[in-house]
Amino acid sequence: MVVGKMKFTFQKRVKLAQGLWLLSWMATLGGAVTFTLGCFLKTELRRRGEVMDNTDIHCVPNTLMIVGLASMGIDYFASRICQDALDAGRFPRWKTLMKPYFGCSIFFTTLMLISVILSYAMKGSLESSLKIGLKNGIRFYKDTDTPGRCFQKQTIDRLQMEFQCCGNSDYKDWFEVQWISNRYLDFSSKEVKDRIRSNVDGRYLVDGVPFSCCNPSSPRPCIQYKITNNTAHYNYEHETEELNIFIRGCREALVNYYMGLMNTIGAVVLSVFLIQSSVLASVRLLQTSMEAVAGQENVEIETEGYLLEKGVKETIMEYVGPVLNLLWLNEVAPPAAEEGAAGTTTS
Amino acid sequence: MALMKVKFDLKKRVKLAQMLWLMYWFSVMTGVLVFSMGLFFKIELRKRSELMDNNESHFVPNILIGVGLLACCLNAFGGKICYDSLDSTKFAKWKSILKPFLICCLLFNFLLIVTAALCFAMRIPLEYTLAEGLKNGMKFYKDTDTPGRCYMKRTLDLMQMEFRCCGNNNYKDWFEIQWVSNRYLDFSAKEVKDRISSNVDGKYLMDGVPFSCCNPSSPRPCIQQQITNNSAHYSYDHYTEELNIWKRGCRDALIAYYGGMMNTIGILVFMVTLLQSAVMIGLQYINTSLSTLVNPEDPESESEGWILEKTVKETFTDIMAKMKAMGKGNQVDEGANEEAAATDS
Repeated sequence: MVVGKMKFTFQKRVKLAQGLWLLSWMATLGGAVTFTLGCFLKTELRRRGEVMDNTDIHCVPNTLMIVGLASMGIDYFASRICQDALDAGRFPRWKTLMKPYFGCSIFFTTLMLISVILSYAMKGSLESSLKIGLKNGIRFYKDTDTPGRCFQKQTIDRLQMEFQCCGNSDYKDWFEVQWISNRYLDFSSKEVKDRIRSNVDGRYLVDGVPFSCCNPSSPRPCIQYKITNNTAHYNYEHETEELNIFIRGCREALVNYYMGLMNTIGAVVLSVFLIQSSVLASVRLLQTSMEAVAGQENVEIETEGYLLEKGVKETIMEYVGPVLNLLWLNEVAPPAAEEGAAGTTTS
Repeated sequence: MALMKVKFDLKKRVKLAQMLWLMYWFSVMTGVLVFSMGLFFKIELRKRSELMDNNESHFVPNILIGVGLLACCLNAFGGKICYDSLDSTKFAKWKSILKPFLICCLLFNFLLIVTAALCFAMRIPLEYTLAEGLKNGMKFYKDTDTPGRCYMKRTLDLMQMEFRCCGNNNYKDWFEIQWVSNRYLDFSAKEVKDRISSNVDGKYLMDGVPFSCCNPSSPRPCIQQQITNNSAHYSYDHYTEELNIWKRGCRDALIAYYGGMMNTIGILVFMVTLLQSAVMIGLQYINTSLSTLVNPEDPESESEGWILEKTVKETFTDIMAKMKAMGKGNQVDEGANEEAAATDS
């Protein structure tokens, strides 16, 4: 049972080849765009790599870059095939390459679809990675004298200013961490001693946030210390004061930013995938319709083109069968050897 | 004796025309580049017009935009002429306007040189505008409830964070103005009353700066209040503390930014001038080589090309003589009319 059977006159074949040539150059451009988008996404992820705990999310841009390069190669070959297709003398030399070419192309085109799905599915992994990374960043904020952590303060400050966010889930995360280094605390003063005694771990906790949480749109100068204490500041009520510091947490801000980026990229790559699939279908139709012409004296006869010679299931078995046989061959052979051995012993 | 005379055969003429066509298309793209740079400069000035007292002059970016568009048109036209010059029938229709076109190109080159000079010279008025604008901006920092000035605080804060600067000349400018609004001052508190009575104008002055002056690279949490008071903070010496707040003044930062932009644009316009001169000379060669064919009927004959028919001095005296003749021509006509009128009457 043939899939996608279509009749092709000579004129139709010529038109198909011309249309395919144009389409394959469009798809090459699409592949280049995919590669560029993958590079861009990777750069953006690396820029904020310090607040991410793991690099699992990098599989999305890596896949995009591989698929982009592969599709440029596939479409280049597609354009060469369609250029040779109309010349009955030159076309047969592609015969042997066709099967591996289609195998590779279908693999990379499915990979493209998988990368689109991944870009939506990796949200959870990104969020948990950011949660741990930001928690560590806030914990090590004060360690500007510890090698390996001395730039955490700068990273977190710039992050909070750029993404207009404060803390991990929200600004209260800063109340639970000592973000002022001991180097700048006067341990002989009563206030410091009180605060350190007030909690189990002996940390200097304040109800204040760093300056990078301050919102420039606030009408009053920034209140960053004694935020929850209404009497410490004139005409101030911290429940109603919305513009003073950034309310949003940095995890939410970063997840929104990256998901927005990946959604846009996913939409673009999906359209490239559609173009790529149509290129592959056209190459298949062209190949099958030209194969019927081969060996005929009159090249202008009408031929049939099809997508799959047998049904979908049978074609999959045809491709995957040899691979499975290779795997099963090891299992089938030993029992046969045992039977033979048993047979010889009994007889 | 002509200036820079060169002999041309058909091959050389064709090569010249092809090369010139490519150069003209390249010049069209540089014209687009000049146009976009002018547009970019205009937008950048607009973005910060609040800090320049809404008083900044858009003269230079407007000229850049005009020059860019004019360059595109002239070069596209020149490219078309080059393309047609290979075919003698098509070229014949352009022959008459070629000389005025070349004079236009020469005038355009002068305009480009003037534009480049203006780009470099604009730095000086910009410096004055910025100094004035920043001073007023800082004065209105606290007026977030006054219509027309309510966004000055946000603009200044964002600018100080982006350009990594503090104050007008330096951070001490904030000590001399009241940047905390009276709405947030408790006038019954002793500290507020002391500060207000300590100066003539009754302003609440303090040795503190807004949070946007804070430097994220500082190893310690930002000290923005009581900056000059060493005893107010543990282990703090404001003379040696360099990373706490930005030391640079915003006027210097903005001048450096705009100055760099204008220098780049000026250099670009100068290089466009050189390119335009080269294509103009090329077109003159094509013009003269195609009009001096040894055998006018045979397109493959040899010809000569030059930049000027006579030497520079002779050409100059010729032009002066022509202009004098034109001037005298009017006088002679008037004199003849008067004589005729006198004889009639």
